[in-house]
Amino acid sequence: MANKLKHTIHLTALVAIFAVMPALAGDTTPAAQLAQWETTAGQRGDPTRGQTFFTQKHGKAWSCASCHGAPPSKTGEHADTGKRIKPLAPAYNDTAFTKLAKTEKWFRRNCQDVVGRECNAAEKADVLSYLIGVK
Amino acid sequence: MSHKKTNGSLAGSLLCVAAIYLGATAFAMADEDHGRRAAQVINNPLYQQECAACHTAYPPGMLPAASWGRIMRNLDQHFGRDASLEPEAVAALSQYLAQNAGTSRRVQTAPPEDRITRSDWFIREHREISPSTWLRAGIKTAANCAACHTTADKGNFDEDFVRIPKR
Repeated sequence: MANKLKHTIHLTALVAIFAVMPALAGDTTPAAQLAQWETTAGQRGDPTRGQTFFTQKHGKAWSCASCHGAPPSKTGEHADTGKRIKPLAPAYNDTAFTKLAKTEKWFRRNCQDVVGRECNAAEKADVLSYLIGVK
Repeated sequence: MSHKKTNGSLAGSLLCVAAIYLGATAFAMADEDHGRRAAQVINNPLYQQECAACHTAYPPGMLPAASWGRIMRNLDQHFGRDASLEPEAVAALSQYLAQNAGTSRRVQTAPPEDRITRSDWFIREHREISPSTWLRAGIKTAANCAACHTTADKGNFDEDFVRIPKR
């Protein structure tokens, strides 16, 4: 009986730890965000298209790679300020694309700087499928 | 207001300690302004998270409140970049910057374009740096404080911690 109670307490503690973990580590995963954008766009993310989008300029001074590098598996450098930027590829940075609000904020701002407008779901799916594939 | 006073007395205490430690009281007194700015530790996690993602966490005391106000009202056109934030974050950061903005005589006038790097004191402090030095790959721009000020991320711009990249 005592043993069973102990077991239950351990189990409760474990459940509690796992319930808190997502809040600490983030509230989503790269794969979940990719799936979300693919659903919204009605098409699969295309890594080749994503790579082109990421590395080419879109009529403005910067490409995504201007700050994040290509492939973005190493520490990047802000093109204006020289500030170091963590690798964007999830394989090289376990916090990349794990917070919904953070991802939305950076896509919104950086697409304005690179493309001059917000990016659509298809473009985001392409780019993220490329980034997930960077090993 | 009380926050500023705390900063001031903290800076004062640090200066006293530094003076005793170095045994150079006269130097410390003459360099009082420098010491006060160097001692402004950035202890605001939101400021670190949102502002220091792209650039050095510039000590709020390096600009007057009027400059910070303009900067925070125009984050979508932030020195040519979109740095817009959620309204809640803008409000919290604006308050922090207003409370900790520079009030000393040399900081009270807004620099051209509200750029720290165009302040008279900034230009004066860096007058020995040649134009070609600024352009080194390891520096790039005067906005890149941490390239030379190795403790800039801690709000410490003391000359003792300056290491100028050779390339």
